Amino acid sequence: MTRLIAAAGLAKTYVLHVQGGTEIPVFADAELTAAAGECVALHGPSGSGKSTLLRCLYGNCKPDAGRIEVSHDGSEIDIVSAPPRAILAIRKQTMGYVSQFLRSIPRVSALDVVAEPLRVLGQPIETARARASALLARLNIPERLWQLAPATFSGGEQQRVNIARGFAAGLPILLLDEPTASLDAVNRRAVIDLILEAKASGTAVVGVFHDDVVRETVATRVVAMKPMVAA
Amino acid sequence: MSTGYNFAYLDEQTKRMIRRGLLKAVAIPGYQVPFASREMPLPYGWGTGGIQVTAAILGPEDVLKVIDQGADDTTNAVSIRRFFARVAGVATTERTDEATIVQTRHRIPETPLAEGQILVYQVPIPEPLRWLEPRESETRKMHALADYGSMHVKLYEDIARHGAIATSYDYPVMVDGRYLMRPSPIPKFDNPKMDMNPALQLFGAGREKRLYAVPPYTPVKSLDFEDHPFTVQQWDEHCALCGSADSFLDEVITDNQGGRMFVCSDTDYCGRHRAPHDVSSAP
Amino acid sequence: MNTPLLRVAGLGRSYGARLGCRDVSFELYPGEVIGVVGESGSGKTTLLDCLSGRLEPSAGTVEYLTRQSEMVDVYAMSEARRRLLMRTEWGAVRQNARDALRMGVSAGANVGEPLMAVGRRHYGGIRAEAEAWLDQVEISTDRIDDLPSTFSGGMLQRLQIARNLVTHPRLVFMDEPTGGLDVSVQARLLDLLHRLVVDLGLSAIVVTHDLAVVRLLTHRLMVMRHGTVVEEGLTDQVLDDPHHPYTQLLVSSVLQP
Repeated sequence: MTRLIAAAGLAKTYVLHVQGGTEIPVFADAELTAAAGECVALHGPSGSGKSTLLRCLYGNCKPDAGRIEVSHDGSEIDIVSAPPRAILAIRKQTMGYVSQFLRSIPRVSALDVVAEPLRVLGQPIETARARASALLARLNIPERLWQLAPATFSGGEQQRVNIARGFAAGLPILLLDEPTASLDAVNRRAVIDLILEAKASGTAVVGVFHDDVVRETVATRVVAMKPMVAA
Repeated sequence: MSTGYNFAYLDEQTKRMIRRGLLKAVAIPGYQVPFASREMPLPYGWGTGGIQVTAAILGPEDVLKVIDQGADDTTNAVSIRRFFARVAGVATTERTDEATIVQTRHRIPETPLAEGQILVYQVPIPEPLRWLEPRESETRKMHALADYGSMHVKLYEDIARHGAIATSYDYPVMVDGRYLMRPSPIPKFDNPKMDMNPALQLFGAGREKRLYAVPPYTPVKSLDFEDHPFTVQQWDEHCALCGSADSFLDEVITDNQGGRMFVCSDTDYCGRHRAPHDVSSAP
Repeated sequence: MNTPLLRVAGLGRSYGARLGCRDVSFELYPGEVIGVVGESGSGKTTLLDCLSGRLEPSAGTVEYLTRQSEMVDVYAMSEARRRLLMRTEWGAVRQNARDALRMGVSAGANVGEPLMAVGRRHYGGIRAEAEAWLDQVEISTDRIDDLPSTFSGGMLQRLQIARNLVTHPRLVFMDEPTGGLDVSVQARLLDLLHRLVVDLGLSAIVVTHDLAVVRLLTHRLMVMRHGTVVEEGLTDQVLDDPHHPYTQLLVSSVLQP
């Protein structure tokens, strides 16, 4: 099995200067690996740093120490020390991320939000939109909403658009942060199917799954995390 | 000749200053040279720049012609000609081919000029970019960097607004492929005469204190677009007095009932065209 | 692509004893958009002016990779050459569109002027390109002969963008591009800018005090305070995981509607 992402020695402590320098330690020596076809689930109580670790993998959070090696374009890149353009290239071609919240540009339609990762890779707009339509349909977003900007959608609908965007380009590594949080049973099942298909096609998935059923269905391995006691 | 004034009114140092400016102007065709414009016995807007240029270059052997809108007999032309007769005592003429210096307001004579002649233009606004850019510091930079795209903006606007370039006088030109120049309010009909002219063309703006020049045989091209090339005015009529079909015609109202006739603006040309056998030197 | 489009080293600018900006160094690669945020007096506008060839720095260098793949020192060249570079390879979007447009000539002339400035002499061709760009920035093409004084603020800003893009610049400098506009107009403009950056592969440096603008438009972010860069990195990382006390203050100060 090809190891696609490997993190070791990760340490993160938030220092809140606006609160007089309060320190909030999150993890001290976290490690994680994920190989092609695996789904690694981060599991633990609130405050154990699951989302933070996921964000560190994506380069959205900067750890104080450690390495995160990602297989990209034939070589290993360390996210922690890589220059911004390398991380941008990795996000474009190698690693996708579905956050808890959808952040989109005000006037872009749901269809184009989902199609964007493909457009950015150079795919023609018709093909990208076709793939986007298929995903939105699978996630039960009514077709009448596809041309609208997601800002007015319900929380669950926004999350499904977010998920569709994450799966659109079929990148080798996929990070999922609570993907089924605001979904009903039908849509939870749709997301589970998407994850299983991604695994089957060789994607390395790292995710935080609050729902036990979802986690047990999709996870190959579970990494337990526990909160640090503040010093 | 009147006493109490130096030859041609200006003192010798002033003439030297103007001649230095003119030499610079001739060395850089189309480039505006600042000069210390003097107070003249007529107000700004009446040709003080042209008069200072003429005064600076005039010598006792010169023969001077002065025209205003092509005519030798209008008030301004008469006044200026008489002024130089008094302060310089030079010979004057109405015949273009006999003059060594022709001072003009707003026309180029129809009769082609020859080597050795000098045409002195009276210029109100020397800066072709002034309509667009009021700052002198900026327009100087634009000339220095040949930053002339904006001049075509004016022509573009004309075509967009009127379907054709509407500028019909003081039509901007490129001199020697380098400097953008304003030829003074001559009709665009006259622009082609500036190109490769054997005579020296000098331009003086008294109020704005600038001199510029087009040396003999210098290319002068009117600005245009490839799909809207430069064209000159045409008339359906011929001159009522001499029958010319090639000269610039003035429209003259003859009575209160709206009667009108078209006559050559260049009075000397018209007169000679009427009597072609009346030449000064016998063949 | 291993050669940066813009390389800035030790850039600084002082106004006598007063500091404008100091010690700024970074590399910008093709297709990247860098945001520069900071409050008034942070030095961000001074920095932008130095980067865009408008203000000679007191220290440091700005090097740019031309279309001919030559790395040139922007301030070592003659003013003529620098102005030509600014006119043919760069764009500059100013906060107040009125400062960048000719209010007395038509929209079409405004967009066509950069073409005429580089020697284009076919009226029909210039007009057709101007029309195409007005369409790209969502200005109705039947307004091509209207004066900008009849345009709204948002339209003026879009007209300014069209005027800048007509020469296909590779690098665009923007100073508060959405400043002073209504929120719905801002949204439309940001959408347009985002789309143009993606579709045209533009690189850009965007100076703003508005964090929402950088979130939407930029890949990388530099936070300035009192003339120096206090934090920099990927935009989402700097905004979501701010390290410097000033950055944390900025991020936490943004009002949520």
